[in-house]
Amino acid sequence: MLRQVAVIGCGMTKFGRHDGKTLLEIMVEASLRAIDDAKIGERDVDAVYVSTMLSGELSNQTALGSALVDQLGLMPAAAHRLENGPASGGSAVKNACMAVASGFCDLVLVTGGEKMRHISGDRITDLISTMVHPTAEYVHGVTLPALAAMFTRLYMHRYGLKREHLAKVAIKNHANALKNPYAHIHQPITIEGILYAKEAEVNNPLVADPLRLFDCCPVTDGAASVVLCAAEIAKEFCDTPVIVAGLGQATDTLAVHEREDPTLLKAVQVASQKAFKMAKLTPADMDLAELHDAFTILEIAESEDSGFFAKGTGHKALEEDVTSLGGKLPINPSGGLKARGHPVGATGVAQIVELTWQLRGEAGGRQVQGAEKAYCCNFGGFGNNVISFVLTRRN
Amino acid sequence: MSEDQESILRVDWDIPRKIYPPKVVTLASGEKLVIREIERGEVPPILEAIRPLLTVEKDYYDIVSARVYAELLGWYRYRVKNEYCLIGVVNGELAGLVNNRLVNEKVCMSLHTLALKRGGRIGAHLFAAKQEHAIENYSVDEVWVTAESPIGFRRWMVEWSLQPRPDLQHELGGVTVYVLTKENYYKLKPQKVFGERPVPEELYKESLNPKIIIPDIIRQQE
Repeated sequence: MLRQVAVIGCGMTKFGRHDGKTLLEIMVEASLRAIDDAKIGERDVDAVYVSTMLSGELSNQTALGSALVDQLGLMPAAAHRLENGPASGGSAVKNACMAVASGFCDLVLVTGGEKMRHISGDRITDLISTMVHPTAEYVHGVTLPALAAMFTRLYMHRYGLKREHLAKVAIKNHANALKNPYAHIHQPITIEGILYAKEAEVNNPLVADPLRLFDCCPVTDGAASVVLCAAEIAKEFCDTPVIVAGLGQATDTLAVHEREDPTLLKAVQVASQKAFKMAKLTPADMDLAELHDAFTILEIAESEDSGFFAKGTGHKALEEDVTSLGGKLPINPSGGLKARGHPVGATGVAQIVELTWQLRGEAGGRQVQGAEKAYCCNFGGFGNNVISFVLTRRN
Repeated sequence: MSEDQESILRVDWDIPRKIYPPKVVTLASGEKLVIREIERGEVPPILEAIRPLLTVEKDYYDIVSARVYAELLGWYRYRVKNEYCLIGVVNGELAGLVNNRLVNEKVCMSLHTLALKRGGRIGAHLFAAKQEHAIENYSVDEVWVTAESPIGFRRWMVEWSLQPRPDLQHELGGVTVYVLTKENYYKLKPQKVFGERPVPEELYKESLNPKIIIPDIIRQQE
């Protein structure tokens, strides 16, 4: 990057259900928290980037960039709305970083949000599925859970992954979310209750074989926001700026079956390699990671293709508690999409918020001790559009 | 009211009553849900648990709680015939309740399912238990089911694959009846009806006089 970018403020709404509030209102709430946190005072914000995937379809509102600028009284800041599927948040942060890095802007606000809970599950599943290949997948009834299920089956066949591994991801992330006041799901779960007990058939019903309820992220309302600025001026606003040390983005085929090896998330590999290269760091340098676990299998697969573990061994790291809080590489200390929740347009921004809190040492009961370097991966489509970030604490 | 008039108005069981054998169910959290039938004298504290929900519009808690309140009060005041109520208790706290009414020895009217603790599929286990009681213990041929909320519709009509019977009318306002037949119940039983008997003594004792909690739907709004 031409000049370094820093995160100087962040904020979130609680993820969950926001009856009685509009999408714009929850975006305003998250934005104000980030602006307060950044302590930018009367300083002009040069641009606002808003990420949302389905605001038109679900909230009957489009052009949310303009609306947010207006509601926050940030005129004449430039306003943008980005839609890039579930990677919308990462895209917005990336574009905001580019605006700052290029020198075009000094101070920018990025806010992601989605309101989804007021719509039936069937309708949401269908709308999300509109991002798969229209003629090779969608018309045949392929949904994201269906793709994830087929992906999981192949993974099990090829790498010896078992149901227990998927359950362990869910149990770990639910436990982490109990320590995150912003998380959607505050429900402890046990291997007995979701897998071994006969009652698991009801407690954890089948969604798309072999995936069950607790293998899938919830449908969530929520918003998350960050304020970015040029690193050279970050100290004017806060004592602990977090540096965007690296970022990378890559795409893959829209239809999953066209990939040479469908278990390989090439876009994750390329995006993470680019991010680590830019940061001049390696996966081994990371103290924690936030991965896009829309389905439990994705945390395992992304942990491999991001470069933390060799292909086919992510589940073994899970077995050894490497990825638990207190392990060598805690993954999804926030609870991840699985339990913090997945308001689609907000997720990529929420990942940056969590990394920032962790790197500042402000993550409360889920704090990764001594965290200095962190990674996140925002995964669009079924791995066809991925954005990765490496953030570091500036000492 | 004179005793004569009371004797005219009063109704109670007119078919032989059978008590639901309590059972214990393991939840996703690993916690134990004790499901047992309550007696008439236990109704007042249950009404106290329901009362805060009467004005909660979210997820149709108002209509469900108002109706179940009236049904239980009707049973308590001897104004409803052949009604039974099962409660679910987790860690000594009232987690949910269900009720049904036997129309006669062949037909059971499914009334309500009310979860006070949410997110643990407690309603699903309780619903299964009340139909288990109707079909296995009372040996009715059919249970007539309806739903007042979309969640209820998904949980019962869709998940239990119930068939609509437009020729019948449910006593909850004459809405469409979906029928759970004895045959379908036994077909679905392996996937839907769980629980161990007998309930360990300590757990059973804990389920007596359950603590009344602030329902999750209210706590989450605060």
